[in-house]
Amino acid sequence: MTVSAQPIPAAGFAVAAPILVVQALSVHYDTTSGPAKAVNDVSFSLRPGERLGLIGESGSGKTTVATALMRLTRAPGRIVAGSIKLDGREILKMTPRELRETRLREIALIPQGAMSSLNPVMRLEDQIVDAISARMHRMSRTDLKQRVAELLRNVGLDPAVARRYPHELSGGMKQRAVMAIATSLSPKLIVADEPTSALDVVVQRQVMQTLGKLQGGLGAAVILIGHDLGLIAQFADTVGVMYAGKIVESGPVRQMIEAPRHPYTKLLVESLPRIDTKQALIGIPGLPPRLVDMPPGCSFAPRCPYAFDRCKRETTALQAIAPGQRVACHLYPGRTALPPRPPSDTMFKDVAP
Amino acid sequence: MSPLIELQSTAKTYGSLTALDDITLSLSEDAPSMTAIAGESGSGKTTLARIMLGFIPPSRGRVLYRGKDVVKMTAAERRQFRREVQPVFQDPFDVFNPFYRIDHVLTTPVRRYGLARSDTQARKLIGEALSRVGLRPQDTLGRFPHELSGGQRQRIMVARAVLLKPRLIVADEPVSMVDASLRATILDELRTLNRELDISIAYITHDLTTAFQICDNIMILYRGAVAEAGSVERVIGDPKHPYSRLLVSSIPVPDLSKPWGGEEVHNAEPPGSMPGSGCLFAPRCPHATEICWKERPSKFLPDRHRLAACFLYRDTPVLNEPNIATVFRQR
Repeated sequence: MTVSAQPIPAAGFAVAAPILVVQALSVHYDTTSGPAKAVNDVSFSLRPGERLGLIGESGSGKTTVATALMRLTRAPGRIVAGSIKLDGREILKMTPRELRETRLREIALIPQGAMSSLNPVMRLEDQIVDAISARMHRMSRTDLKQRVAELLRNVGLDPAVARRYPHELSGGMKQRAVMAIATSLSPKLIVADEPTSALDVVVQRQVMQTLGKLQGGLGAAVILIGHDLGLIAQFADTVGVMYAGKIVESGPVRQMIEAPRHPYTKLLVESLPRIDTKQALIGIPGLPPRLVDMPPGCSFAPRCPYAFDRCKRETTALQAIAPGQRVACHLYPGRTALPPRPPSDTMFKDVAP
Repeated sequence: MSPLIELQSTAKTYGSLTALDDITLSLSEDAPSMTAIAGESGSGKTTLARIMLGFIPPSRGRVLYRGKDVVKMTAAERRQFRREVQPVFQDPFDVFNPFYRIDHVLTTPVRRYGLARSDTQARKLIGEALSRVGLRPQDTLGRFPHELSGGQRQRIMVARAVLLKPRLIVADEPVSMVDASLRATILDELRTLNRELDISIAYITHDLTTAFQICDNIMILYRGAVAEAGSVERVIGDPKHPYSRLLVSSIPVPDLSKPWGGEEVHNAEPPGSMPGSGCLFAPRCPHATEICWKERPSKFLPDRHRLAACFLYRDTPVLNEPNIATVFRQR
């Protein structure tokens, strides 16, 4: 992920025109206490074949971004500003007909909880055919059948499961069936919203391997949305970290994990328990701000051990600090790396919010 | 060593379905420890938790709490058991009645067990319990559940348990619905309760990483039976059972020098039907040999602090079941 003028050398992509350019996207949910700014001035872009991980905690706005990319935002949510260009075409200005033709063929969503996104009273085959034939009118029955079998094989399922109903499939099989539907028209961009959140760890690995193979086969770009940094690290090339509706840091996955620049990213990485050495378990004190009542200045400032006066007054904007790496923090551009944490141990003993 | 809670060849069946198969487990009373019960969905870990809590009776075998059979307790014994063995559930959204202020879940046990003689004393007890889990009474009391975050609600459930001065907390996936930044804090609190208040903790989880971080010992279940058990350093640091190995290697770690297991997973899910008499893991096991399809493996002891129910270790001693506590490392 990068501003469009900056290629990402670390991830090794040829300098191709971006497939997706999101600029200054804002999505609000109307509530009785005013608009909740779920996505607040978010910009990023994606090159063909790139794997972008969008990570954040619940309420950080990552799913809202995914829904907006598909233009599936529904009341009380509304896209209040911004631009989403897919292969040069503005999604936010498409007619309903253009949208129908774009979805699935150009951009496909693998939604959260595949369990509930399949129709329980339709055989799998009919659901896949439904998706294909709505857009490809001239396919014969035999061709359709063959295409269904091929799609199922691509996700590692036996074509025989085509005759089954969703309740006859396990969670991992359902998730892969949804992937088969999502990739049925060879989209250029796949948006996967926590595709493995309800799955066991072994199945999760299998599903992610399937997604990786599909993506490779199609040459599609992928946006993987999730809260598990381990999963994102293992899958993505680049990462965007979301906090309270904003991207606070973006860059190549290695830099994000080994040298996080934003204090939130650093604390998030540190709060992850490791499986090789026992260490002190350190959470991030405090809670994210309420989206209807954002503090002035940086939204992470109330929880940030590095915060100084300016953070409480001035909002932050993403600034480039290294090749491909951008961070929204007032500590920069004065320096290139995050300094050692200020000594205030008391902050890290948990205080009630 | 006298056991606090002991499961003796405990099984739970629902019709023809075996949810839990012949589990023997013993937690020490003298050296309160943290024990993880780990497994994937359908492994029987929640069934085991419910049996330990006395919510459901076992179909076979016995559960003894301080030497007394949980199913045959007198009313007074049962009351004591109910007080001393406390649950913490998975979903911090489901356990609260949305119409009651959160005070309700804290004052009810105080009243029911007569923990306080006056309102002032009750408030003091509740305040202490809340502080124990890092909550400020003035920020939490008087609020409704929807006004608190998932992490706060889960800590109130821990505070409710602490209030009763339990000997054992059975925590069933206490942090799986809590965000990463708060997860560490809640787990750390559980560990503090164990270390400072000598409360034994059974941590039911699918997450081996947090089990490794906070627990002393672990028991890994597969389809209702024990695959491997012992100290977390042994079982997670150097898994022996092919199933534990598969689990550990499937964990995505945020460390790029440790890429996700290179080989592709083909049989990620248990088959629908099971071999009747053989090892439950045989259909997915890369090491399965003829004997694995015929016989259920005994619990072998590849080393002192670990058992593995796998024929790969049949040359090692067989565990004498009543001595299961010996594979668990004492704190």
